[in-house]
Amino acid sequence: MGNVATSRKGERRLSLPSKDMMAAIAATRFGLGARPGEIEAAKADPRGFLTTQIRRDGADLPQDDGETSADRFEQMRQYQQQKKMERERKDGETPANAAAPNTPAAKAARRDLRDKVNDDFLARARLGANTPAAFRERWALFWANHFTVSSTKQITSVLIGPFEREAIRPYVFGGFENLLVASSTHPAMLTYLDQAQSIGPNSRAAGRRGGKGLNENLAREILELHTVGVDAGYAQADVIEFARALTGFSVGRDTEDRVGQFVFRDNAHEPGARTILGRHYGQGDIKQGLSVLKDLAADPRTARHVCGKIARHFVSDAPPPSLTERLERRWMDTGGDLAAVAKALVESPEAWDPTPAKFKTPYEYTLSTWRLVGAEPSAYERLAPILTGLGQKPFSAPSPKGWAEDAQTWAAPDALIKRMQWAQGFAAAVADRTDPNVLARQALGDRLTPPVAKAVSRAETRREAFALLVMSPEFLRR
Amino acid sequence: MTAQVMNRRSLLGLGASLGISVSFLGTQAFAASDGDLAKKKLVVVICRGGMDGLSVSPPVGDRDYAALRGSIALKPEEVLKLDDTFGLHPELKTVHALAARGQARIAPAIASPDRARSHFEAQDVLETGASGVYGAETGWLNRTLEALAPVRRVEGLSVGTTAPLILRGKVQAASWSPGKGVDETARLPTLLQDLYKTDPLLGPAFARGLETETMAQQAMTAMAATPAMNVAAASTPATTAPAGMSPTKANDRQNRQGSDAARKLGSTLGGFMVQAGGPQIAAISLDGFDTHAGQLGQIATRLSYMDAVLDGLHTGLGAEWKNTVVIAVTEFGRTARVNGTGGTDHGTASTGLILGGALKRGGIVGDWPGLSQNALFENRDTAPTLDMRGLFKGVLTDHMGVDRAALESKVFPDSAAAKPVTGLV
Repeated sequence: MGNVATSRKGERRLSLPSKDMMAAIAATRFGLGARPGEIEAAKADPRGFLTTQIRRDGADLPQDDGETSADRFEQMRQYQQQKKMERERKDGETPANAAAPNTPAAKAARRDLRDKVNDDFLARARLGANTPAAFRERWALFWANHFTVSSTKQITSVLIGPFEREAIRPYVFGGFENLLVASSTHPAMLTYLDQAQSIGPNSRAAGRRGGKGLNENLAREILELHTVGVDAGYAQADVIEFARALTGFSVGRDTEDRVGQFVFRDNAHEPGARTILGRHYGQGDIKQGLSVLKDLAADPRTARHVCGKIARHFVSDAPPPSLTERLERRWMDTGGDLAAVAKALVESPEAWDPTPAKFKTPYEYTLSTWRLVGAEPSAYERLAPILTGLGQKPFSAPSPKGWAEDAQTWAAPDALIKRMQWAQGFAAAVADRTDPNVLARQALGDRLTPPVAKAVSRAETRREAFALLVMSPEFLRR
Repeated sequence: MTAQVMNRRSLLGLGASLGISVSFLGTQAFAASDGDLAKKKLVVVICRGGMDGLSVSPPVGDRDYAALRGSIALKPEEVLKLDDTFGLHPELKTVHALAARGQARIAPAIASPDRARSHFEAQDVLETGASGVYGAETGWLNRTLEALAPVRRVEGLSVGTTAPLILRGKVQAASWSPGKGVDETARLPTLLQDLYKTDPLLGPAFARGLETETMAQQAMTAMAATPAMNVAAASTPATTAPAGMSPTKANDRQNRQGSDAARKLGSTLGGFMVQAGGPQIAAISLDGFDTHAGQLGQIATRLSYMDAVLDGLHTGLGAEWKNTVVIAVTEFGRTARVNGTGGTDHGTASTGLILGGALKRGGIVGDWPGLSQNALFENRDTAPTLDMRGLFKGVLTDHMGVDRAALESKVFPDSAAAKPVTGLV
């Protein structure tokens, strides 16, 4: 390792563990938990096992219905239209009692849309449970969480699946700027953070649509969460200026030709030059917002903020600063080439510390349990209740910040009890067909500790052994 | 981590594996010697997302209110009147009924010391009790448990599956959310406790989880036996919903289900707290207050849930309501002006609610700066006149009996400028 010189006194050793241990780490920490035989397959070249998963054309696409966000947008519009018409019809009959539509047609339409969202989620979970390239999938999940869109609004909820397919997965091994632009111009993000309806107060559209105006939500979250980070030293004035620059970024309406797709509405764009983070933007149209995004993507504070998040996601809630610096350097050297950053992560000795420091999130935990037995969730209903119970309801991150990734959040007393109950249920369904001792080796490889191996071998029943394994400190972590 | 805590934990572990809850034994010894203080209870409700204070307690008597709020202004006849300036949002029926009894007050211009208008930063500051972001890594309620530990053992509980920062720290607090019970006959909990015994994260958390589960069974059993006592329904005449806010029937049903669940959550929490050895300090989070667009309906729903939680809590605490203070706060308020999308953006001061049978009757807490252009903070937000740490400090000393020196040095270091609000209880 050429970087040992950066090591300061008291920092962790930078030598690598054995190849067997590295294979276990590759499958559990970088991946989504070992499937049967996965650790064995990684043993010859644990790093190569990961780097070959990095590919220019992006992450895998879940096997879902493949509908575009425009398709979904239109379906939602039709449903809303129908609802409105039915309400008006009812209003006509009994004006005093305006009831919501309960007709079979409206109900069916709503159920249909909900099923599609559930199918999107299930398809993603199945990909995660089955993929042999689980590092690639984890990398994609990291970016989907970085650019969180959540189902707080009905219209956004049907777009989350398409958002990941269209704006995230194709770009996760390309330049960060492309990913940022794809996310910031996608209908899911534009509706989730209220950008679609933001109008420059001095724009032509403002005159016609009284009472409508600027919304600074997307501008703020891009600065705070997606790029430079909250401690970058920007001010409220920067947020407002950026929000003005972004006016016009919207989603095509029913009356336009690009229904449900990104449109730039010139007449909603706030006229004039803007100054954001000390830079001047004189452009008068969509180029203004895009220029800001370009500069934000190239900003060293963005590299620092995002690389810190990558290190925290993959390695530890408090990663060694040398790791973040290494990623940051690669980011800046390559102009934010995410494939290069992913490779730098795999090459970093800090990332191979044998101590499993990361506590799995509920999604990671449940997926790793399916992977352990070489299976996949058979239905949405097998997956959603436990995720909701553990505090990670499908497609429902609590805020634009996305899901928390630290142990303090997820290892709460109540959550451990719920994981145990779920593990018991899972064990009852699958354990009788397994050899728990073999399973323990397959799941954890060299990470299996003697106390856990002993507890599993001494269990009274296969079910008990299985539950002990998936509730072991090593399996709960990665 | 003190030796005392460790010993107690191993005892707890043993107790849980035997199906008994040792904390009941542990605290009763104090109860006799400590008199009234041992019964005092504090609940902190964190309203996440930036709750709009001007919707919680609309200052309909403020001459600038209606113009600033435009399409989302409430009319004087729509709000539940508090005084000549303030009303409460029409959904806050329980709060209003309690206020009429002198058991609820508002702090209409309260804020944390943070001014960045970032949810995450501001929530961190609210929960750590530090003077700025990254000022502390533990929550102030947890440090309160720590500060009280030498005097008396006080248990902390958060409602929800994940542990909120406000209760994180050296003392292992419990967390609970509705779910199915633990099978007492399985060996698994005992075996796992053995596997976790050297694990500093999983060991204490798991032991506490088992113990809480036992309590939950008792709390829910006790609740089933208590006849529902809805304070708002009992004391406010039925009012018709203001025009323009009437939800559709489907929404209505959904809201009612949400309210029922919220009420149940509140009453179960109350059920926890009335048990001997139960938690005396609890935190509960309500989210969804980030109302950038279409605010009117959204905030009505959220406030109806909050009201239901408080109603349930009041019912669940029963006679212990008289020993209780509840504080509801948010990370920041919202802009005084309505924005271009029928909502409001991130602001500064908001309204805090202080409730409980332990309260003294009184008017608003802190000063009202008014909404005139000069009075607005940065010509945008309700100006803060009260640092919420002052409210917390006042309640912790006067109500919970936290030592003043420990309060200033441990619980809220670096808060000398935030003078304790005294005389509330």
